[in-house]
Formats: sequence, C-alpha cells, structure tokens
Amino acid sequence: MVSQDDTFVEASRGIDDDRRAELTLGALVCLVVLLLLGMVAFVLREAWPSFAHNGLAWFGPGGSVDNQIQAIFTSGDLREAAQYTFHAWPIVWSTILTTTGAVVIAFVSALFVAVFIVEFAPDWLKRVLEPVVRLLASVPSVIYGLVGVLVVVPFIGNHLVTQGEKASVTPVIQLSGYSLLAAVLILTVTIAPIMIAIFAEGLRSVPRGWIEGSLALGVNRWRTYWKIAVRTARPALVAGTVLAVARALGEAVMLSMVSGSVGFAPNPADGLIFLFEPSRGLAATIIRNTEELSSPPMKHTLYAIAAVLLFSSAMLSLIGWAAKRPMKRYLVAGGSP
Amino acid sequence: MSAVGAPASPGAVRRSESSSSWRLSDRIGLGFAWLLGLLFCAVAVSIVIYLLIQGVRYVRPSLLVTSPSAGYTQSETGGFLDPMIGTLIVALLAMAIAMPVGIATAVWLSEFARPAGLARVAESTVEMLAGTPSIVLALFGTIIFESPALGFLSQTSGGIVFGRSFFAAGAMLSLVALPLVVSTVREGLQAIPTHVREASYAVGKSKIATTRRVLLPAARPSVITGAMLGVGRVIGDTAIIVVLLGATLNLEGVGGVPLLGTLRGTGSTLTSYIYDNAPTGDYNQPNKAYAAAFVLLVIVLALNAGVDVFARRAKELRWG
Repeated sequence: MVSQDDTFVEASRGIDDDRRAELTLGALVCLVVLLLLGMVAFVLREAWPSFAHNGLAWFGPGGSVDNQIQAIFTSGDLREAAQYTFHAWPIVWSTILTTTGAVVIAFVSALFVAVFIVEFAPDWLKRVLEPVVRLLASVPSVIYGLVGVLVVVPFIGNHLVTQGEKASVTPVIQLSGYSLLAAVLILTVTIAPIMIAIFAEGLRSVPRGWIEGSLALGVNRWRTYWKIAVRTARPALVAGTVLAVARALGEAVMLSMVSGSVGFAPNPADGLIFLFEPSRGLAATIIRNTEELSSPPMKHTLYAIAAVLLFSSAMLSLIGWAAKRPMKRYLVAGGSP
Repeated sequence: MSAVGAPASPGAVRRSESSSSWRLSDRIGLGFAWLLGLLFCAVAVSIVIYLLIQGVRYVRPSLLVTSPSAGYTQSETGGFLDPMIGTLIVALLAMAIAMPVGIATAVWLSEFARPAGLARVAESTVEMLAGTPSIVLALFGTIIFESPALGFLSQTSGGIVFGRSFFAAGAMLSLVALPLVVSTVREGLQAIPTHVREASYAVGKSKIATTRRVLLPAARPSVITGAMLGVGRVIGDTAIIVVLLGATLNLEGVGGVPLLGTLRGTGSTLTSYIYDNAPTGDYNQPNKAYAAAFVLLVIVLALNAGVDVFARRAKELRWG
C-alpha cells in the first residue's frame, strides 16, 4: 500500500493512499452491485419468451403442468416449432399453500416459544435452549428433508391416510404419504428455529426499564411481556418473518423430497383430504428439471419460474425494509443499540 | 447485540408471583407459551436424538475413507470420502471469494460509504442477495459458466461448454455466503467507537492504514464469526451443488493438471450425497444418507460451537 513515489511527503502520501483505497473499494462494491443487477437482467431476459408467449395465462390454470413441461422439453429436442404453452397455476398454488401454511404455523409457535425462552423458562432450560435453537436454525435443510422422507412421509402414508381415502382419489392421484401435510410440517420445522432465534434476540434487546416500569405498575408478567416487549420487538418480528418467508419460497431440495413430484393443485374445497395430496412448488420444479436446460424452450420456462421467485423475494425485501422504517424510532427512543 | 443481556437477576423475586390471580386470557397465554415451549423442546430433542441414533448405527470409520462406487447392496457402494473432500473444496473456494469481497464491502460501507446514494444501493443490493433463493443463483450460474469465455473453468467438448464444475459451484456459493460476511463484519466494525479511529488519525495515520492496522484487527472475532456463519451456509446448501457441480458421486477431474483438473471437474458434496441417497434420489441408500447426514451435522455443530466462542470474545472486547 506504500506509494512508490518517494517524493511525496508523508501527509500527502496518506491522503493519496486513502483516495486510492476508497476508489478501489468503491469499484469493488460497484462490481458486486452490477453483478447482481446483471443477474436480475439476465434472468428476466431469459424468462421473457415464456412470459411473452403466455401472457397472464402463465399464472392461470389450464391443462396438466407436467404434460406441458414434457411438451416444452421435447419441442426443443426435435427441430419443430418451439412450444411455450405453460399454465403454472398448480405449482404456484403449491408454493402459496406450503409457504403460507408453514409461515403461519411457524410464526405463532415461534412467537410463543421465543417469549418462553426469553422470559418464562427456568434459567437452566434457557441456557440449554439458546444453543439448541441456533443449532436447529443452522442444520442444512436437506437433513430435515431426509428425516421427512424416511419418517414423516411413511407415517402419513401408512397411518394417517385411510384406504378409503386412497381409493376415492385413485383415478386422479396416488396418495402415498408424499403430501402437502408433510411439506408444511417439515418446512415449519425448518423455518421455525430461524424465526425463534431472531424473535428472541429482538425480545432480549427490549429495554429492561420499560418492562420493570410496567411490572411496577402492578401489571402481571404475562400481560407486561405481551403488551410491551412483544410490541417493542416488532421490527425483529418483521425481520424474522421476512427471512423465514424468503427461506420457505426458495426451499427447493427439501420440498422436492417430501412434497411428491406431481404438478397437482390440492383443492381445500375437497375437504381435509387435500392435506394428503401431493404437489410440487416453483423451486422444486426448477430443481427437478435442471437436467433439461439444454432444450431452449425449457430453459426459458425454467428461467420464467426463477424470475417469479426472484420477483417475490425482491418484493419481500422491500416489504421488510418498508416495515422496518417507521419502527426505527422505537429503538432510538429506547436507547438500545 | 443486546445491551441488556439475559435477564437473570430479578427473576427469582418475580417468580414468586402466583398466576392464580391473573385474568383468564393471561393464564391461557402463559399456558400456551409453556405448552409450545415444551413442545419445541420435545421436537428438538427428538430430532437430535433420532439423528444421533441413526448416525451411530450407520457410521463406520471405513465409510469416511472409502470412495463411493457402484454396487447392488449398501455394503458394496463404498463410503463418502469424495463428497467430504468435495464439501471441503467447495467451502474453501467459496470463502476464498466471499471473504475478501465481503470484508472489502463491509469496510467500504462502514468507513467510506460515499456517495451516499451508492451506499444505499449497495446496502439494499446485499440485503436482496440475502433473500434470493439459491436455486435462482444456481440457474444464473449455468448461464454465466456456459459462456464460451469461461470455458476454461469447466469441461468443453466440441465447442459446447459444460459449465458445471467446482469453480462454478464455488463462485455461486460465495454469493450465498457474502451477505452473512458483510453484515457480521460491518457490525463488528461499527461496534468500535469513534474515538479509537480518532486516536489513530491523531498520530497521523491515514484512513486506510487505520482500517488495516487498528479496526480490522480489533474486529477479528467478528470476521471469524462471519467466516464460520458463511461456511455453515455454504456446506448446507444443496440446490447450487445439485445444479452446478454435475451429478457425479466421485470427483472426476478434467485434463492432466492434478489440482486444477479436479477444480474444473465435477463431483459431489455431503449435501448432494444425502439428496441422491434419499429414497427420492437416484441411488436410494438411506443408511448411507443417514451416515452422511450425521457427519454433516457434526461439522455444523462444530462450526456453531466455534461461532459461540468467537461471538463471546467479540462481546468481551469492551472499549472503555
């Protein structure tokens, strides 16, 4: 970092170094930003033919997705007109169902568990639970997927689904345990520790004085915690939820293992049996078909799916950012870091 | 993060309060918290114990030192030496890119950050990267590394670039680790009070010299924590590996140069080994998958313990 030119005096050399360092670091940061903007542009460009061909019907229902994917793939192989017809509703719906289900269950339980861990658990349990939460949050999702596919899926297939239910849908779909229920359960277990860890950190940084003030007024511990600590920790609740939703949306491998690999839209109107029906989400569809990227129309279709995921996660970051903004004053007022 | 720390001391006094006088809704809430808390403990304990039991049942020392091979029964198909080496290579490659870039970005964001507009854009870009599904990064990687200009990073046959190699996977995985490194290092730098910087400027040090000689050494525990968190994410990622590392169980090098050939070639990691050996994968050997999952879990556990140690050290560093 020493300037080669010896004629510089000490002070100006320092300033010179600073300028150079600032420019170098700035250029590197610009490069990272450009790379990511380039990624967005690339994905959208590759996705365009699929969207342009289908229009809004891309998101709509119509025909069997799996047959469409097959047709799209083979049309790239044989030198015939490229096929782009793709109606992704079943896989979009599967992603919506699994994500919503898992995030709702995980949010409610993570909130209560975080409150329990931070405030109500006995001290020895607190000390045990904190590292356990962090460990569970960092376990690779493929391990959860493995447990799901070897334990949860057979259990659902053998014990929860009755023969009558299996027979009633045989013409349409097979119920073997690979199901929406398994997907939601395992996804909940995957994202709940992340939420608990972030929620608990938020709850812990609530200024102690606020809680003691409320307690001193004779408000009981539960009400104090629920009305003051949980509300003050709202930015952490938003941040944790956003991160968990992003994880759930992008979860490809684990969901492709437990949700069954059928482009089928489970319909809640059919009664509780929809929980036992298989489906396949957006990210899982990509990973199931990566071997077929060599076919140009297939490639564009997969990139279109990726573009939908990218758009959703960008919107999610935006929501998280917008929701955190007006809440900053709470933290400043509290004087916590 | 928290300035208050765990609320320990006043607990004993408050715990004597009986909840029998509370309103019903409060009692239900408290009961619910206890119920879910204990349920969480039960789930956590059962997952950990289940994996431990399966691991102890199926892990054999020989599995760790033999390569996967083709066979009809699970006793013939070898161990997972290659996937373990693959995990190591991928982690090293990804961190070799993510650490310098991440530290540089964090330093720029925390120390320079001019012009302010660029700083805001960079910040939100890194935040967006943290939320980007890794499967999207993987697909993006296939475009980049299939371009003829980058053909030297993977194998080429008849002018068509295969685009799947350790280089490709490592480069894309570095993007997974980058946001973690940036945010952890940045937090560490910002925790250093201004007067430390001012003391260094006062003795005539330039800004960059201060950063290199004073700030980064002081933030070393954060840097190490960031690296470990990054490695944890990198070795746990499956989507990028499945898409960008090719689908071979063994390390298959390209060309004659030993190390470079391996890096240009395809292989597998522990995560993709588990994925392939699950009943839904191509090979379906659950026992091997359990054993590999156990090994992966032990690695993650060790990393976690390391993060704990260094995060505590970062907190102990008090600036009077």
